[in-house]
Amino acid sequence: MWTWFYKLASPPSVYRTATALTPWFMTVALIAIACGLIGGLGFAPPDYQQGDAFRIIYVHVPSAYMSLFCYSAMAVAGAIGLIWRIKMSYALAAATAPIGASFTALALVTGSLWGKPMWGTYWAWDPRLTSELILLFLYAGVMSLRPAFEDPARGDRAAALLSIVGFVNVPIIHFSVQWWNSLHQGSTIAKIGKPSMPGSMLWPLLTMLLGFTCFYAAVVCMRLRGEVLNRERQSAWVREAVKS
Amino acid sequence: MSTADLEPQVSALRAMTLIVGRELRLSFRRPEQVLQPLVFFLIVTTLFPLGLSLQLSLLRDMAPGVLWVAALLSSLLSLDALFKGDADDGTLDQLALSGQSLTAIVLAKTASHWLVSGAALVLVSPLVGIALGIPWGVFPTMLGSLALGTLCLSWLGAIGAGLTVGLKRGNVLVSLVVLPLAMPLLIFGAGATDRAAAGISPAGALYLLGSLCVFTCTLAPFAVAAALRITLEG
Repeated sequence: MWTWFYKLASPPSVYRTATALTPWFMTVALIAIACGLIGGLGFAPPDYQQGDAFRIIYVHVPSAYMSLFCYSAMAVAGAIGLIWRIKMSYALAAATAPIGASFTALALVTGSLWGKPMWGTYWAWDPRLTSELILLFLYAGVMSLRPAFEDPARGDRAAALLSIVGFVNVPIIHFSVQWWNSLHQGSTIAKIGKPSMPGSMLWPLLTMLLGFTCFYAAVVCMRLRGEVLNRERQSAWVREAVKS
Repeated sequence: MSTADLEPQVSALRAMTLIVGRELRLSFRRPEQVLQPLVFFLIVTTLFPLGLSLQLSLLRDMAPGVLWVAALLSSLLSLDALFKGDADDGTLDQLALSGQSLTAIVLAKTASHWLVSGAALVLVSPLVGIALGIPWGVFPTMLGSLALGTLCLSWLGAIGAGLTVGLKRGNVLVSLVVLPLAMPLLIFGAGATDRAAAGISPAGALYLLGSLCVFTCTLAPFAVAAALRITLEG
């Protein structure tokens, strides 16, 4: 079982697996996102309060979800790397970080675009927006720590440790920011809670969640290939793979 | 190397007291390392009234936030003294090889660092409190929250300092790594002081701050030791 696992986690095998999986993930992602968009923009009824403006939820919620998903993936991959010393796990963490940061930025941008018609302002110090912003800073810390080391192996381990520390901190940040908001200001902003959605609104959202997750998987496979080639550039199999 | 070589010569507790003594002696011999972050703290708090407004009534509302942001920034400055000197002259490698638990060593080092940075900052903070017009009744809360908060900050900072100790341009990176992690402290610390100033009981915020303090004091030593192992080896 372990020998099989180590074989699977060897660089050439990771490279081959990532290459093989990319088109599959991408196909599922494109189909799901297309269905979700058609369903969300075309068939879902307008919200009784927010009208058509609510439709940005079909991009906003999946990207906010992915921002946390990617951070967890990065921290778990880092932990696996630190515990079992699997190098490719660091490559996965390194490949995930910029994608997660992009999703976080996308969630922030769509959130503030949504805020303009709903709250009347692009930016409100709303607890969820604020903790999303802090998450972006956490990504920035991890992404700037890794390349700061001359020895890439050390940079990998340092970034892994930092992402684990950050992972422990994410719930604390979320909770504290919520508490802080309840202290400083009353509900001047009509907070959008989680209304029970009718099915016609819900299924496109679920499809978009699936699509975004598969999109992440496809992009991370592509980035992982780049990471593996870069990390193993001295080895013979890479020279052969690049030549062919 | 036989196992006898790895056996520590003294008990962990004794080693920790020795380290605390050494750190304190070192910082009294180089008082500028202790004083400079404090002076920085005073200067930053002076910047806010100059930049915002001279009205004491307005300042009073912002005072807790100003105080805490300044404390956060000055604690970042003092981090440089935590591991850098010992890493440069090889002391840190010797400590790591001493056979003592690196976690215990880190615990002693960070505790003594807090004594000369955080605790000193708490002692200076009444000056700033008076200058910013914080009422007398709020002082106990302000001092208590700063004492708890700076202890947490020392620990979070130690993680950042441990991760960046071998780097040439680690200073900016430490801020980038530590500040997002420290934001909950700012919220609870300034929140407690804010509440006390508004006449509401600050107990809730202080309890939360205290629990964060216990949390970091228990877990952070392991994280700092792991960080040092990553940066020292090789």
